[in-house]
Amino acid sequence: MAENAKLTSAEQIVIKFTGDSGDGMQLIGNQLTALAALDGNDVNSLPDYPAEIRAPAGTVAGISGFQMCLGDHKIYTAGDAPDVLVAFNPAALKHSSKFVKAGGMIITNSDSFTEKSMEKVGYTSNPLEDHSLNGYDVKAIPMFTLVREALAEMELPIAAKDRCKNFFTMGVLCWLFNKDKQLVLDFIQEKFGPKAKKPLLKVAQANTLAFKAGLNYGETAIMFQERYDLGAAQIEKGLYRNITGNDAAALAIAAAGEKAGLQSFIGSYPITPATDLLHYASEMKDVNLVTMQMEDEIAGICSAVGAACAGDLAFTTTSGPGLALKTEAAGMALILEVPLVIVNVQRGGPCTGLPTKTEQSDLLQAMFGRNGDSYMPIIAANSPADCFDATYQAAKIALKYRTPVIVLTDGYIGQGSCPWKVPKMAELEDLRPYVNFWVPEAHPGEKYVSYKRDPETLARDWAIPGTKGCQHRIGTLEKDINGAVSHDPMVHQQMTEFRKAKVDNLAKVLPDVEVNGKTSNKVLVISWGGTYGAVKGAVDRMIDDGKPVSGINLRWVWPFPANLGEVISQFDKVLVPELNMGQLSLLLRAKFLVDVESLSKVQGDPFREYEIIDKVNEMLGE
Amino acid sequence: MADTQLTKKDFASDAEVKWCPGCGDFAIMNAVRSGMVAAGKPRDEVAIVSGIGCSSRFPYYMETYGFHTIHGRAAAIASGLKVANPKLDVWVISGDGDSTAIGGNHFMHVVRRNMNLNYVLINNKIYGLTKGQYSPTSEMGQISKSSPYGVIDYPMTPAKVAISLGGTFVARGIDKKMKLNEEICVRGAMHNGLSFMEIFANCVIYNDGAHDKLVNKEDGADYHIILKHGEKMIFGATSQYCLVQDGFGIKAVRIDKADEADILVHDEKNAEMAAILAGMRPDNGLPIAFGILYADDRKKTYNDMVYEQVDAVKEKRGRSIDDIMQSGHTWTV
Repeated sequence: MAENAKLTSAEQIVIKFTGDSGDGMQLIGNQLTALAALDGNDVNSLPDYPAEIRAPAGTVAGISGFQMCLGDHKIYTAGDAPDVLVAFNPAALKHSSKFVKAGGMIITNSDSFTEKSMEKVGYTSNPLEDHSLNGYDVKAIPMFTLVREALAEMELPIAAKDRCKNFFTMGVLCWLFNKDKQLVLDFIQEKFGPKAKKPLLKVAQANTLAFKAGLNYGETAIMFQERYDLGAAQIEKGLYRNITGNDAAALAIAAAGEKAGLQSFIGSYPITPATDLLHYASEMKDVNLVTMQMEDEIAGICSAVGAACAGDLAFTTTSGPGLALKTEAAGMALILEVPLVIVNVQRGGPCTGLPTKTEQSDLLQAMFGRNGDSYMPIIAANSPADCFDATYQAAKIALKYRTPVIVLTDGYIGQGSCPWKVPKMAELEDLRPYVNFWVPEAHPGEKYVSYKRDPETLARDWAIPGTKGCQHRIGTLEKDINGAVSHDPMVHQQMTEFRKAKVDNLAKVLPDVEVNGKTSNKVLVISWGGTYGAVKGAVDRMIDDGKPVSGINLRWVWPFPANLGEVISQFDKVLVPELNMGQLSLLLRAKFLVDVESLSKVQGDPFREYEIIDKVNEMLGE
Repeated sequence: MADTQLTKKDFASDAEVKWCPGCGDFAIMNAVRSGMVAAGKPRDEVAIVSGIGCSSRFPYYMETYGFHTIHGRAAAIASGLKVANPKLDVWVISGDGDSTAIGGNHFMHVVRRNMNLNYVLINNKIYGLTKGQYSPTSEMGQISKSSPYGVIDYPMTPAKVAISLGGTFVARGIDKKMKLNEEICVRGAMHNGLSFMEIFANCVIYNDGAHDKLVNKEDGADYHIILKHGEKMIFGATSQYCLVQDGFGIKAVRIDKADEADILVHDEKNAEMAAILAGMRPDNGLPIAFGILYADDRKKTYNDMVYEQVDAVKEKRGRSIDDIMQSGHTWTV
């Protein structure tokens, strides 16, 4: 009997769900993520879905996936090859079986393997029977049959019953990974029960029954010989929740406004994969966060610039093609010298590219995608949770230096989720000192001069409309210290230098980069943004193996931290893995004249740790 | 100086005005200043946002807060400004290129949203700043530097567009009619909602005389009508014409041939009629309509609704940011 299934302790498990788009893969994935996190594991997840909302069912192109890694230690990525694949139909199996670790487990719904559905994806014989999956631990479960049996007493259409297979599967997994079933039962009640936003009592009952049937199936079927037990990860004490990068950024926008004593304003336009940020922010009207969904990307940023000019803490949110459209208006914020934060959730490009897939290929656009000499600071978030801090820091720098700042996240961290230690508002840095509007009361006897600068930060004096007696004109033409239009060659030279120096100066106050490993070594691996997790995981493993490898992560991608050149010079070789064709490598080579090696990947998919390890081994001649 | 005693002169900045001598923009600036005086806001609570073009230099000449921004986007920028600080009296100054070509989208949507802005479109039917190319309001056949053989684009009628988008205040003036422009700007400034004021202007350099047909001393009056709420639609140098209904449209007839009861009376709250009036053109045998074509402030403004919603959500949910951050599935380590 399976009751005697061995409980094996594991350090980490990688699980992948695949099924038809619209079949609830993201939901079940997020549910298991939350379950593991609530149980004390560290978790990292990666949703992966097609661009079409309802891609053709039962086809490989229409497969939606969700991968997650849970562990008893700090987890930096959604993992390499899955230990367990849950493939809900033949198309999903066809799509994903090749990713599974040798000897890994494949759980599938044998009821979905009809002749027609197999034929649709090109299976000429049933892969569950023809030994083509030898080498995997295949668990073919007749999910529809079992769920329908479990729900026999309920009056529900068959299709609705069959949809409960996801919670049936949750039951099986809950048993398999030795998780607390009560958490799932509570979740079902919360989502569908009498107290839910939209109570669906029958659905609650059906999912509960299906979930319990799954649990029982795990316990009683002879199928499983082992169960896995993951201990709680050693993580910092505090209150946690699971959060996506987009939601974290939305919260940071609200929080930064409050801590600056300003209303937060988002002017935006829907675009994948940034839209969730706008959704979440739009719910927060009760905390002085105003969102305007404008008529296009340009109007999105323009309304934000307008709000910034009026003294709101202004943001615009977008993805690559949207950033391209915002180009001129970003330059406007720059030459007007008003604070603005542009959150860019990168996706595969160029142009429309791969809307739902991740990439880091907007770095050079963020750097150079404007006319004229127009530098602006760029900060890159390195995990879903870090989107909060990166966005908050960006707001601070925007205010302090009166400049637009670009936050680069990407589809992977924007939509992926991980546990987040929830900060308390009282503990966040006070941003009010950086607001510092110019008011006549603070400058008795002085006349307001719109482009007079703070000698240290070079931030200009800033009086917002409504300030008594300070009416003045500013514009996007080159201007002198008074804001008056000027075509004087030396004025333009000086103003251009000021604008550049403002950004360069930032490097002086940025934290130094910290080296993971020895500060002088054979190979240095540099991560930025979303590559942080894979690089950190890979470098940690190689350090454990005694390899002469160290790593650093660039949080501010522009300007570079002051000690970066010195740090790099202590290594024989430098590797930059990037989800682009070598954009940071180009900047590092240009800035430090160092022979950076680039590891490029543009497959709409984040790095796996092994890919970085393989490359480093190659560089070490191993 | 008490704010209430401001005069037009108080709204003039020290900057030297760099429009060409004889440019229609001077007269329009004068009318806008009247509007600002009438609105009664102190100068430091007035903000002017402009795009790019000759007319967009406007803010520099005004002793208010001013933002000279980028081509076509003034409406979007002003929208953010107004929502961020609804207490400000916000003016958008724009040209035909700015509003109907590159910024057509923002013009449409700012009208549709009924943002409480004063939107002045100075229509000279030409690109002046780039030295004389045709614009979307240029006439068919118009010769310009980029249409040496004549324009083959059908022109657009901004006032008609504004009405079709549910604009709540739509008026049309012309540089030569100073008093009319002042009336329009004063009414527009007082209107709660998007006040769309299209004012024809003469570009002395690149499109000189474009509106002469409408305002020449001899028979200009035969080609335009000045609408006044509650008054009969009569026009012509000797008031010899009137407008009467013609099926679903209207036509111009000699007044001595019309039954007095048939002469249309202007009702500025009639949007359907306003759309027809806005579309009248001499080449269709109808006079260009000047004056306040449509005005109705019963529609709520976007900026008011933003904060009504904010207040309602505060009332209903009233969370703190800590509450929101700590919501959802949380656990304590």
